[in-house]
Amino acid sequence: MTKISPVTSTLRDTPLRAVHERLGATMTDFAGWLMPLRYGSETAEHDAVRHAAALFDLSHMGEIAVTGPDAGAALDYAVVGWPSALKVGAARYTMLCAPDGGILDDLIVYRQDTERFLVVANAANTDVVLAELVSRSSGFSGAVVADETLITGLISIQGPNGPGILSKVTDLPVGEMRYYSGAYGTVAGCPAWVARTGYTGEDGFEIFCAPADCERIWDALAADGVPAAGLAARDTLRLEAGMPLYGSELGPDVTPYEAGLGRVVRLDKPGDFVGRAALAARAAEGPRRVLIGLVAQSRRVPRHGYPVLSGGSEVGLVTSGGPSPSLGAPIAMAYVAADAAAGPFSIDVRGRAEPAALTELPFYDRRKRR
Amino acid sequence: MSVPAELRYTGEHEWVAIDGETATIGITDFAAQALGDVVFVSLPTVGAEVAAGDPCGEVESYKSVSELYSPVTGEVTEVNEELNDDPALINAEPYQLGWIFRVRLTEGAETATGLLTAAEYEELTAAAS
Repeated sequence: MTKISPVTSTLRDTPLRAVHERLGATMTDFAGWLMPLRYGSETAEHDAVRHAAALFDLSHMGEIAVTGPDAGAALDYAVVGWPSALKVGAARYTMLCAPDGGILDDLIVYRQDTERFLVVANAANTDVVLAELVSRSSGFSGAVVADETLITGLISIQGPNGPGILSKVTDLPVGEMRYYSGAYGTVAGCPAWVARTGYTGEDGFEIFCAPADCERIWDALAADGVPAAGLAARDTLRLEAGMPLYGSELGPDVTPYEAGLGRVVRLDKPGDFVGRAALAARAAEGPRRVLIGLVAQSRRVPRHGYPVLSGGSEVGLVTSGGPSPSLGAPIAMAYVAADAAAGPFSIDVRGRAEPAALTELPFYDRRKRR
Repeated sequence: MSVPAELRYTGEHEWVAIDGETATIGITDFAAQALGDVVFVSLPTVGAEVAAGDPCGEVESYKSVSELYSPVTGEVTEVNEELNDDPALINAEPYQLGWIFRVRLTEGAETATGLLTAAEYEELTAAAS
């Protein structure tokens, strides 16, 4: 066995730290936040989301508000999507790219009102996203960018039972809400922005609220014995759903096209935006590498950074790997050279080549539940 | 966290039960809790000669992979095949059903040197948590 080190550095607490302690969570440093890694069994937490429901504390996520009459125009210039075309109440997955087309973060943008957008960023990238949004909106006099991370708590309920559980404690008709939409309402009597979004491949909701209300909302949702799930389960859930993670599948050296997410780049929108020229060129030339899904044929788990082999030579690297409770075998996503994307593949698992089968992403699709 | 008094321990968070010439080895409750659910154990090879401190297998959890070391010198005589079907037995019963392998101790070898008592191991884990 190897060294086991405790968490000692100074980390930010979420508003739910006392709840996590009460639940006996194993905590970890995640992007400068003290976050629950797991509460007990990762497999049980994963399965709860797939077959029932579980609660996540996502208060570490960055929330940045862009408001004012020019908010939509400023965002159209800042990100690769087309936020100004969203209707009030709509949500969209998008990206912030560098001028060279590399990905600085992937984001969810909610249009909360005609002149108010909420941009949700990865915790590790919140400062970068904030700085870029401020700088990219400087030419838009009617747009104001404000970091609301520390005045926003975020609780997610994910899983097929999520709508039923949430409907008992909210005034919103959550069962009728469309996927990727949001609305203002109350949860457990507290004001909240409730969105039918998530990062697990299941139906679910994300509840943005005041930090002081987090515990009350959490307790109301947990009342019927809904378990909590930590970051470890969140990672296997999103991996099974084929969803990319910044720092693994996405980064400044990756373009949206390589990540298989070219559809989020709206080259058809009017006006210039940061990265347009580089992204248009990348769209025309086709990607040099592609993101693939692999199911391990051995039980040794492929992990981030392991080489992918084909025909005796290295053709790529694993970006994310882990056990898949839903498939019962280890799975991985990997970037491989476009001219080697047909396989067959094996993965170098600490010096031994383990065969792995190419599979279409996502690994798990709730609409085709087995 | 449980640290049975009758066992011996290592700084690598393994336990050893010595019964005559046979040592049974597993990982501690402390280690199992720190790892989270064990998802795969690469078991030692039956018949292999191991020396104390040799890596002889791997324990994989959701987030990590750890080397398994032999705390004693001898020949691997048995491995816990049940772990192939249910590796999380290590989490549920680290000292009973979750045992990992058995070694027939080499006669005359300094087989049990450097092992910790339960009290010493508890001190070590208290310092780490």
